[in-house]
Amino acid sequence: MRNPVDVLLVGVGGQGTILASKVLCAAAKTAGYDIKMSEIHGMAQRGGSVVTQVRLGEAVHSPLIEKGNADVILAFEQLEALRWLPYLKKGGKIIINKQIIAPVPVLAGLAEYPANVLEYIEEKAPGALAIDALDKAVACGNAKAANVVLLGAMARSMPIPRETWEQALENTVPPKFLDVNKKAFAAGYEA
Amino acid sequence: MKELFSGNAAIARGALEAGVTLAAGYPGTPSTEILENLAKYKEVYCEWAPNEKVALEVGIGSSLAGARTLVTMKHVGVNVAADPLMTAAYTGVNGGLVLISADDPGMHSSQNEQDNRYFAKFAKIPVLEPSDSQEAKDMVRLGLELSELCDIPVMLRTTTRVAHSQTMVAPAEPVQREVRPYQKDAKKNLMVPAFARMRRVDLDRRWDKLREYSESTPVNRTELRDKKIGIITSGISYQYVREVLPDASVFKVGMTNPLPMEKIKEFAAAVDKLYVVEELEPFMEEQLQLQGIEVTGKKLFAAIGEFSPEYLRRKFIEAGEPVAGSDEESFDGMPAVPPRPPVLCAGCPHRGVFYTLRKMKLTVTGDIGCYTLGGLPPLEGIDSCVCMGASIGMAHGAEKAVPGMRGRTVAVIGDSTFLHSGITGLLNIVYNQGNSTVIILDNRTTAMTGHQDHPATGRNLMGEEAPEVDLEALCKAIGVKRVQVVDPLNLEQLKETIKTEVADPGPSVIIARRPCALLSKEPVGPAIEVDPDTCEGCKACLRLSCPAISVSDEKAQVDPITCNGCGVCTQVCKFGAMKGGNANA
Repeated sequence: MRNPVDVLLVGVGGQGTILASKVLCAAAKTAGYDIKMSEIHGMAQRGGSVVTQVRLGEAVHSPLIEKGNADVILAFEQLEALRWLPYLKKGGKIIINKQIIAPVPVLAGLAEYPANVLEYIEEKAPGALAIDALDKAVACGNAKAANVVLLGAMARSMPIPRETWEQALENTVPPKFLDVNKKAFAAGYEA
Repeated sequence: MKELFSGNAAIARGALEAGVTLAAGYPGTPSTEILENLAKYKEVYCEWAPNEKVALEVGIGSSLAGARTLVTMKHVGVNVAADPLMTAAYTGVNGGLVLISADDPGMHSSQNEQDNRYFAKFAKIPVLEPSDSQEAKDMVRLGLELSELCDIPVMLRTTTRVAHSQTMVAPAEPVQREVRPYQKDAKKNLMVPAFARMRRVDLDRRWDKLREYSESTPVNRTELRDKKIGIITSGISYQYVREVLPDASVFKVGMTNPLPMEKIKEFAAAVDKLYVVEELEPFMEEQLQLQGIEVTGKKLFAAIGEFSPEYLRRKFIEAGEPVAGSDEESFDGMPAVPPRPPVLCAGCPHRGVFYTLRKMKLTVTGDIGCYTLGGLPPLEGIDSCVCMGASIGMAHGAEKAVPGMRGRTVAVIGDSTFLHSGITGLLNIVYNQGNSTVIILDNRTTAMTGHQDHPATGRNLMGEEAPEVDLEALCKAIGVKRVQVVDPLNLEQLKETIKTEVADPGPSVIIARRPCALLSKEPVGPAIEVDPDTCEGCKACLRLSCPAISVSDEKAQVDPITCNGCGVCTQVCKFGAMKGGNANA
């Protein structure tokens, strides 16, 4: 019996959450899980808040995760981590990219970006892991690999072997970006 | 070997496997990826039609000629295709005809959330509703077979959560594609009153056959478990119910029109308490109540918006059912989280149009596409959005009715939307001697739905080169004498042109032409740099609603990674603090 694992990937349209969820699903498939994955296309992609829900288990019914039920949240941006925090299970793992992307209402001075986001999350979810994925990606050779750094950090918290993840990465990313992505994955995994 | 398929990719796979020869549609979230996936198989001829009405007519012709046919659209697309649909139910089919209606409960990417099962009831055609990708694939074949068996077009209705969720699917070998022989048959296909009256009677005969079919099809099935609670449900709600009440008995309705009433009555009699769980309208519930079946539905579950397991759990607890509550923590004291609405992309070449229209204080009727985002604060450059093509008719109506609106009303519409249903509106302005100004925001693609080709892009869905309609020549041909083409990155030229054309009595078209910023991998120009010594911190640049621009410590900042170098902000800044960007503008 495989224990179910519910994962939320949250971020801002254009941050590469979709590639990360693709690799996650490929790895989960090799590991033998039934999978349901839900994401919304269209309007939300234009710089809006985006979420991908991935549910793994023996036999999964709903593609949607309930509040307070996510085993893992991978947040590509601080505000989005805060927005989806109520979905985290007690004792669940949240991994947060330290990047801040101000939404337009904040840019326009119509709303405030909250202060001390990481402190609040750490208090609510002890063991939260905040990493500077952008810095690490740049060190690996390409800022765009920040999503794979985050994926690596998440992989560590999942009941799927590292080799399976690396295989899934190899099968998903274009060959010419494989090297930098492998480095990025390792940088995240070892973070 | 099972693979992960989105509902849309599964429908495409189902069409391939079931021997579809032709598929047509118009892009619309959440239906778009069906044809994009199907076109990749190459065995099936696929095309984007200029609109849904044309797509369905192409489909009806293909079916008449004997080929199995798939037609795809979003829910509101069926409104456009309603005219052929209502009568195609009379004529029936030759080759099987399946119409995909992709509904959008919760309006993730739509202007309304109409429940298209009522359309099927109105037209008297059957409806199939899948709850995951495997069912979506299987129901394409089932639908085609049912269509041929009962001589009727079949609606396959998905919703956003089915269309865009990925679940496991077992692909199968495609059947040999066959085309049925065509027979001229005026009494069946030529809907003049005398023959239509006969087909109307025949439709009821076919309806009786469909009722029988609905009673026997395995997609309508009873799952008896604990008999204290029985739930009648369809589509994605079935999956939520299984999640929230795993022990309850369920009647899963895969074919929701016509309902298998006898089977449902048996189920109702077998359980103590009966619920009907359906998103949007009480489509099944009303029919159950007409049969005197006592059932709880919309008294408990909303008719507005999308369901979720969380929502159903709360509602069943409210109804006193023994459902485990979810273990929700309190998040009191959580800092307020500002919304992150979608915005026009950094470098969207059409941002300046909305900025300019707003500055000119014009009344702007808008249309369907990315540019609805130009209506939100702080841009606020459009006043209305109703449906595909509406901007042009509405501008004309406003100007004709109210003299004060004349010379200060402008319609804005995208290139794909203009070709979809804007042309007839423009023709009307010319014919009825209106004086509206229509701005076609020509970004050379159907952007909002993910960059599909259309008749003015020079490519078709199969990836081949195609004739490219000349928008200027088209507008002139229908009688618009004043047609100007402008570069929307040049705000001064744009403003002067709008001023002249709005003042001119008589119809005019301004084509603001620049490709979508996402189409080109290269930025339009070097990223903008702000000179902090010159910047006065006036925040005028923020009115552009550009995600690359922010102001902190009273100085504007431009994020060099996000900035596309379009240079619009350099033209908005009165102090010349924004430097660089596109040199042509």
